Formats: sequence, structure tokens, C-alpha cells
Amino acid sequence: MRIRFRFAKLGKVRFTSQRDTARMWERALRRGGLPLAYTEGFSPRPRISFGLALPTGCESRAEYLDVALDEDRIGPDGLDVAALPDRLTPLLPEGIEVEEAATVSRAEGSLQQVVTSCSWTLRVAGVDRTGLGALVAALLDATEVPIARERKGREERDDLRPSVLTLAVAAAADDEAADPIGRTLGLVAELATQPRGVRPVELVRGLAVGADPGHLPVLDRACRTEQWIERDGLREEPLRRTAVPADAWRAPHALERAS
Amino acid sequence: MGREMDTLWLQVESLLPHVSKPARYIGGELGSQEVEHRPGAVSWLLLYPDTYEVGLPNQGLQILYELLNERQDACAERSYAPWTDMEAAMRAAGVPLFSVEHHHPAGQFDVLAFNLSAELVSTNLLNLVDLAGVPVRSADRTSVHPVVVAGGHCAFNPEPLADFVDCFVLGDGEEAVGEVNEVLAAHRGPAGWGRGAGDDRQGRQRLLRALSTVPGVYVPSCYEARYDAVTGRQLGLAPRFPETPALVEKRTIADLAAWPYPRAQLVPLTEVVHDRLNVEIFRGCTRGCRFCQAGMITRPVRERPAEQVRTMVSDGLARTGYDEVALTSLSSADFSGIEDTVTSIIDDPACSGQVSVSLPSLRVDAFTVGTAAQIQRVRRTGLTFAPEGGTWRMRQVINKLIREEDLYAAVDAAFGQGWKRVKLYFLIGLPTETDQDTLGIVRLASRCVEIGRRYHKGVTVTASVGGFVPKAQTPFQWFGQNTVEELTRKVHLLRDAARPVRGLTVRWHDPRATAAEGIVSRGDRRIGAVIEHVWRRGGTFQEWSEHFDLDLWTSALAASGLSLEEVVYRHRTEDEALPWDHVSAGLHRDFLWQDFQDALAEHGLEDCRWTPCYDCGACTGFGVEHVVASAVPPAGGSQGTGQDLSTGGQVPVRFLPTAPTGAAPGRGPGQDTAVLVGEGRG
Repeated sequence: MRIRFRFAKLGKVRFTSQRDTARMWERALRRGGLPLAYTEGFSPRPRISFGLALPTGCESRAEYLDVALDEDRIGPDGLDVAALPDRLTPLLPEGIEVEEAATVSRAEGSLQQVVTSCSWTLRVAGVDRTGLGALVAALLDATEVPIARERKGREERDDLRPSVLTLAVAAAADDEAADPIGRTLGLVAELATQPRGVRPVELVRGLAVGADPGHLPVLDRACRTEQWIERDGLREEPLRRTAVPADAWRAPHALERAS
Repeated sequence: MGREMDTLWLQVESLLPHVSKPARYIGGELGSQEVEHRPGAVSWLLLYPDTYEVGLPNQGLQILYELLNERQDACAERSYAPWTDMEAAMRAAGVPLFSVEHHHPAGQFDVLAFNLSAELVSTNLLNLVDLAGVPVRSADRTSVHPVVVAGGHCAFNPEPLADFVDCFVLGDGEEAVGEVNEVLAAHRGPAGWGRGAGDDRQGRQRLLRALSTVPGVYVPSCYEARYDAVTGRQLGLAPRFPETPALVEKRTIADLAAWPYPRAQLVPLTEVVHDRLNVEIFRGCTRGCRFCQAGMITRPVRERPAEQVRTMVSDGLARTGYDEVALTSLSSADFSGIEDTVTSIIDDPACSGQVSVSLPSLRVDAFTVGTAAQIQRVRRTGLTFAPEGGTWRMRQVINKLIREEDLYAAVDAAFGQGWKRVKLYFLIGLPTETDQDTLGIVRLASRCVEIGRRYHKGVTVTASVGGFVPKAQTPFQWFGQNTVEELTRKVHLLRDAARPVRGLTVRWHDPRATAAEGIVSRGDRRIGAVIEHVWRRGGTFQEWSEHFDLDLWTSALAASGLSLEEVVYRHRTEDEALPWDHVSAGLHRDFLWQDFQDALAEHGLEDCRWTPCYDCGACTGFGVEHVVASAVPPAGGSQGTGQDLSTGGQVPVRFLPTAPTGAAPGRGPGQDTAVLVGEGRG
């Protein structure tokens, strides 16, 4: 039995790594008493798989993981999958909120394979609205946007342009809600994940290619809002949402609590 | 006086995208407390002077964290040493040291309390006090500054840090921490000490004098150091006040069962060392290994009742979600009925067969491996044994009475039951050590490889070799440490001898770091200036090889008119005043001296847990005794009692006449080196 979860990762906990997040989930699933299926061999591990790694420091409203359960150890009353989000959220660190859970068929490919693109909201500092608009237009007009990327510890040149599917400056009204003091500006982007994923920091690096060195855009915060898969030629999310939060823009800041 | 502390979170948050492993600075651990700073409560910041990953698991600090937060008149938060990139960012942005719970500024706490587990963290202690915005020297602090407290094993020679630490607490902290807190609370106020007190030193001095009367507490400023006019060495300390005791004796809790802590072990959001549930099954050890400070200063043995161990394990696993539990102590296989205890843990249905139990510090015998095989059936990576000495003679000197046949039986059992990697710990630079003893390490380890080959082709044995640092309050406290050159020579001897042996790897601790540890280990008050010199020149994180620099230490010694010869390499004489004579772990000085003489005569000494007392002083002095459930030593192996210690069961070896190549001319005995080959080799 395979269960897919969608969860949000917001606030302080965004500074943990993907590995850290995996370990939090492992402990929470054990604390929740779920009958995890384990791998074979000398070092059995729970069969849990995450999708695309979320870069350390980024928030998300659309993280997914698949968990394999041992059907033989599910009690006679079965498992109330719909109740799992409420059961698991209190067992996870503050800022990790489980929003959906559903069984998925074994035939469905792994998250790593099926996700084709991700939507992001970014907060960028260092440029004004006009300047940012010009940088966005320049990037979209370019046929090639060479950036330096780190890969296995080595720096490589790579063309960013094909991976930028959509990119726009957020509406002024949204910015006012997200950042009342106006230090940062919003960007909305959809970035391809195949053949490999683009990180928000790389997108901003791409924007900076044509920028005035005195007014370089600096990534302040980033939040992954959706991951997309293609199913029967249609773009959809790996789990259908029961309700899409209308205030996804505001969420990262609204949820932050001064300690 | 209740008060609001400032939070630095927004400043800290702006730094985190630019530093490595930012999760170290966000707190949020399971078990982390919503700390309420109540009116009148003394606020403690508990500090581990190394990184978060190393410091968070420290059980001593976690115990104090819970005990203090349970009190109405106290509260406690935690902090760790920021890594160098974070420290640079903090200093550049003017952000002081902060607590991980609420990001409160360290300088706003009443107490900065440090755990000192290793000598070389001492420069980090200075750095953290400085990052807190507090003067690093006690003498420069006024009544408004926090009190700097330190405890832990290194407190048993407190003198190197006497200039910087206001008060040391010796021994078990469970009871002492409350008594110290009461004195702190009583002296706080406008006319005393604390924020809001007058900016003078009188309130602070009154507080420190009062603290010096708490049993187990040593306040360096309440003592006058006397120095020899000719040699400059510290001759002793005289109390400056009538109420200050001349001898400060450690605290010992009589019954571990009364202290089932930590009740809610911290589970960090990010990976740390020892990332598992830890349950302390007993405290103290009387194996009597003469090099081991931990075993000497934590006596007597106090076992936790097996039933309480089981409860702490099952509650802890359910609460944390960990799938591994370590039953911790200085020698966990010695716990009475250890097999029953671990069996009941893995057979607990709540664990559903997926919990791994680990016993740090395995005893060396096949019986123990059998237990290990049973309990580590979930994950089986490597097994570690610590024979410490390469020959039976050497092991008699250090009183680590492991027979060769026990080691081989243990290794045979380990490889036979599926382990493919075995790690062996050894010390070099021990008293009376000859090159034959040193090379015995390779001989033993090579035999272990051969034994393993009978089971698998790809077995590996790692001999991990550390340079011996004599420690205060041990029988070897008089022994002059081997020089950097001598330890390096021995390391090369081992490396060259091991090179032809396939499957054997020798790893060693940097002899230069060993020398620096020796400076702090047995130094007197003059070493304070040395530590400050190293710190002022950027010498933080000296436990980390990428930051360690012996030149900083030797130039600091020279600046104080000292040398490695004087402080580290020199044998102390029987009648010489030792810098730690005014603090006591209960052990009589004449017992320690006699044990040193027995060592030199190669006499082993049995474990007093199961044999008559030989009056070391640890029990009798404090009116406590061993709490051990079993009246007889564990079955099997040679570390019990009743064995014939005169034989040692040495496996015969053949001597080949050729000297190993690359053996540098040595000093002292043992120059006539020979290749020693176990008889099993073809």
C-alpha cells in the first residue's frame, strides 16, 4: 500500500535540509504508529520516497512524499487515510503541515520521475519595480541565458532559458500584502524540472546577467507553490487539492512568528 | 524582578541564507522548552563550547536543562558555538551570541554555564563569553555581568581556566545545580548582583564568596595562588576567606534511580552526533584503567534499576520516534543482567522488531559479542573494541586486563556473526612503553585480520591510535607525556609495519594536538594566559583538525616563559605540588601514587565492584557505595575476577630477525625492534 502526502514547509524550519526533512518524517511516522514497510537486507530502512529536493532555505506549500505501508500489519479496522494529515501534523516540527493524504497505485511512477515543473513565488531585493520588469522582459526575450551552476562540486556553464517556462513580476497589490514595507518585490515563475531542476537562486542569477552591477537582484525568499505532473496530456498536481489556498502569497509571512 | 528579553531572531534570520548548515541556529527541537522567564527566576544559558552537532546530544547539559526548567526559581535555554562562517557574519552584523530557543542575547542571561568535556574547547569558551559581550576575564566583570560557571570532566583540573570561569562545579550536577541556583537567587537584586545591580564589583564578590561555600563548588577568585620563586610553578592555593574550604570535593549522587533524566531527550531537526535515544544505565566505573580519567573521577558504580531502564527506553522511543537506542555508561556490558535488559527491549512488541540497540564501549570478549549480535540484528555495520595496549605487559601497566585470547575470540565471534569491519582502539605513549609494545598493536590487529579472512575475503580491521595524555586525578598524573617527535616516530613505526598487511588500516590522532591537550590537561593558572593568547590570535575550534595549529600554542607558551618540556613532557615528582591538589574526586593521593607504582611494576588490580575494597577513597570519603544489582562479575571473558593474572594468555609469536624499514632511531627503551608475527601466519 502506497500513501502519498502533500505538506507545507514554512517559517524557521525552512532552514533544514531535504535530508533533515526526511528524517523528521521517518520519526513522525514511527511515532504515529504507522506500519511502515521496510527495505530488505542488513540495514532495513523505511520505504519512503520524496520528490524533488527543496533547496535549504526555501519554503514550500507543495511538498510530496510517498510512504509504503506493510498491509499485513494494518489492523482489522483498516487505515483512515483521510485522517492522517491531522494525525501527523502535531508529530512534525512547527512549520511542517500535512495537508493531504491519499493512496496511490503502485503503477504510478515515482515523484522524482513524474514531476515536470514547479511553480514558485520569489521575493527579490536590490531592484525597483521598473528595473525588475526590465530584467524579466530581457530574460524572456533572450534565446540563451548562460549561468554558472554548481554540479557535484564543480562549476559548469549552463543555459537557463529553456527551463524558464513562465516568469512575471507580481501585481503591486500582492506585493503590498506580502511585504508592507516594500523592501522586496514578488516574482512568479514556473520552472522546468527536466532534465534537471532549476533552483530559485539560479533563476535570480539568470536575471542578474543583464543587470546594472549597482542594482543586482538578490533572492530574499522563495516558496514552491505547486509541483506539476502530466497525466493523459493534462497538467495537474500529484495530489488533487481539496482547496487551493487563495492567500498562498501571504502565507510565508503570515505564518512566521517572532519568537 | 521579571523582565522581557530581546529577541534577535530577525537579525539572525537575515544571516542564515549565507551560512553553512543554518538549521544549527533555529532551535525547534522536540523537547525544546517554551522557556518562561518568571519574576525572580534565575536565567541560565547552558552552553556547549563546540558546534551544535557535537554539543546538542550532551546528556549532562540536557539533564540540567530539565532540572532547571522544572524549578520555579530558575529557567534555562541553550546555546552552542557558531561555526566560523556564522561567527564572522554575526560579528560583522553586530549580532551577539544567542540562545537557540528564543534567540535571546546571551549577555542578558544571569548565568553562562559551560560543559567542559575536552581540553581544547577552552579557547571556544573564551570566544563564546566574548561573543556574549561579557569580559572574558573574571576580574573584569562587574555586578551586572552574568556569572560564568563550568562543569564536566575538565573541571577536575580547573586551573587553566581559573582566570575566566567564576565558579566550577565538580562531579554530578543533579543536586548541586539547585543549591547553586538558590545562592544566585538569594543574592540577586539592586544591592547584590544581576542586571539592575550597581556597576561595581562588591555585589558580585559577595555572591562569589557565598558560592564558594556550596559543597562541590570551586570559586578561583576566593583563593590566592602561591608560586615557587625559582621554578615559577604553582605551589598551592590558599583560601582568602575563612568560610572558603581549602579542599573542594566533588558531588556524588548516591542513587541514579532518583534521577531518571533526561525525561524528554531533545530530538534535533538536523543531524547531530549520537543521533539516537540515549539512556544512561549506570554511572561510574571501577575497571580501574589507569589512563582513564572518566573511570577515576566518577566512582563509585551506580546502576540504574533494570526496570527503570526498560521504562525509559520504551517511553523514550515512543516519544521521539527514534529507531535506535544506546544504553550508555563507561562500560555498558558490565551492567548487571545486561542480556535480559536488551532482550526485553528488542522483544518489546511496541518496537516491532525495528529497533536497534547499541552498547557503546563493548567489553572485549566473545560473550559480549554474542549479546551484541543478538541486539544489533537490525543494523550491523562495525564493532569496536578497545584493547588500548598492544602487549599483555602493556595492558597490565595500564590495568586493561584483556587477554589476547579474549580479543581473538571476540573478533572471531564478530566476524563469524556477520560483521565485516572491526575497529580497535589503542593508546601510544603510555608509561614504560617499548617499541615492542607499540608494534604489538600491529601484531594484534594483523591477527584479527587473519581471523576475519576465515569468514570473508573483504574484512577490514582499523587500528585507531591515540597519543596518551596524562590526566589529573589519575594514577598517571605524574607521568611525563611523550613528545610530539616520539609519538610521531611511533606512529611511523606502526604505519610502516601495517603497510604490507592487507585489510589493516592504521589511523592516528595528530601528535601535535596531543601535545596541546597536554598543556591544558595538567597546566596550572599560568596556562590561562596561554589560552587567552591562542584565542586572541584566532585559535578557536582547536578540536577540529582544519583549525588546529600547534604553533599558536607553542608561541603562546613562549610568551609566558613556558615550554612544552616544562608543562607537558616533564615527569612530576612524588612530593611536587600538583595544580589540582585543592580539588578532589575522592581518590586519595597515596592510593593514586601506589597505583602508579603498581603500574610501573606491571601489577594489575581487580575491579572492586565484586572484590574487597582497596580504599581508593571514592566511596568512604563521601559515605556512598556501589549500587550493583549482581553480586558476581559477568560471565565469560577475562575482565571478571578469579583469573590468574600472571599468565595473560599471550599467544606465542615468532620473532623474525629483520628490523622494519623506516623505523627512526628512537629514544628510551625498546630500540631493538623486531617484526613480530603471530604464529598463524604462513
